[in-house]
Amino acid sequence: MTVLAEVSGSVSAIGYGLAAIGPGIGVGLIFAAYIQSTARQPESSRLTIPYLWIGFAVVEALALLGIAFGFVFT
Amino acid sequence: MRILAAGPGDWAPSVDDFFLPPFIKGLYPWATKFTLLVWIAVALVIVFFLLAYRNPKMVPSRSQWLAESIYGFTRENIAKEMIGAEGVRFAPYLTSLLCFLLLMNLFGLIPGIQLSPNSHIAFPIVLAIVSYVMFIYVGVRRHGFLSYFKHALIPPAPWFVLPILIPIEFFSTFIVRPFTLALRLFANLFAGHIILLVFTLGGFALLGAQTVLFRPLSLVSWAMAIALYFLEVLVALLQAYVFVVLTSSYIQGAMAEEH
Repeated sequence: MTVLAEVSGSVSAIGYGLAAIGPGIGVGLIFAAYIQSTARQPESSRLTIPYLWIGFAVVEALALLGIAFGFVFT
Repeated sequence: MRILAAGPGDWAPSVDDFFLPPFIKGLYPWATKFTLLVWIAVALVIVFFLLAYRNPKMVPSRSQWLAESIYGFTRENIAKEMIGAEGVRFAPYLTSLLCFLLLMNLFGLIPGIQLSPNSHIAFPIVLAIVSYVMFIYVGVRRHGFLSYFKHALIPPAPWFVLPILIPIEFFSTFIVRPFTLALRLFANLFAGHIILLVFTLGGFALLGAQTVLFRPLSLVSWAMAIALYFLEVLVALLQAYVFVVLTSSYIQGAMAEEH
């Protein structure tokens, strides 16, 4: 019998992959909204940059919670 | 039974890679690479700004120009833009925080050091506690003790939603904020270090693979490591900026008159 790949380790890697979908979509939406607003009103680009990074950081925190808890709940 | 690929072998990075032995025997948590790097970062920030401003001139020298640009950036683009005209008061703290975080994060990428103190949660926690205490203190100074918490916890909403809104506001302002502030910085640098380790060590693991066909793939792995290195440079700069912007946004929220 030939085994092509034998993988052992933590299943939380799969869980983290699933958990990263939501923040991935969220971060994508935030940058999409920023690009759209800048395309519609280029002079507002500097005004909205802090909100862009705050929104990005808040959404990204969800993905990072996933990393941290993956190591915490072992 | 023949196994063509097995993993994770003994090469895989783990949390143990973040617990280094002390360089002086017996001084375990107090004299490791992490504490040394924190002292270096503090010393660099203090010495740089002292030297740059020791003898200010109308036509600035190179270091004075650099210090003024960093301070000017924080004052105009972070403090004034996020907090408003009053933000100038906080600009010195925000500038030193930004410089300290930049140095600490970039330690994770400088070849030969390659490890950021911020990838241990202890250091981000201290910085987050400073921001937490600061925005509560500023709010209490501005509004008074009781009215600050009233202002922070009770949004202008119909009375029948308040039983739900007050716990949510309390949770998000006084628990989630410091927690995510520390965790974001920590997790970004921790994950960054692990990612670089995975691709670098993975390259060596592929080079030593039993199947000869897999060995050239180590080059792909190392190319990925180089590409991700540049991503990590971006992350290091961005996370320092985000930490400072969020701190000033919390201060702004605590000082604001309306909710």
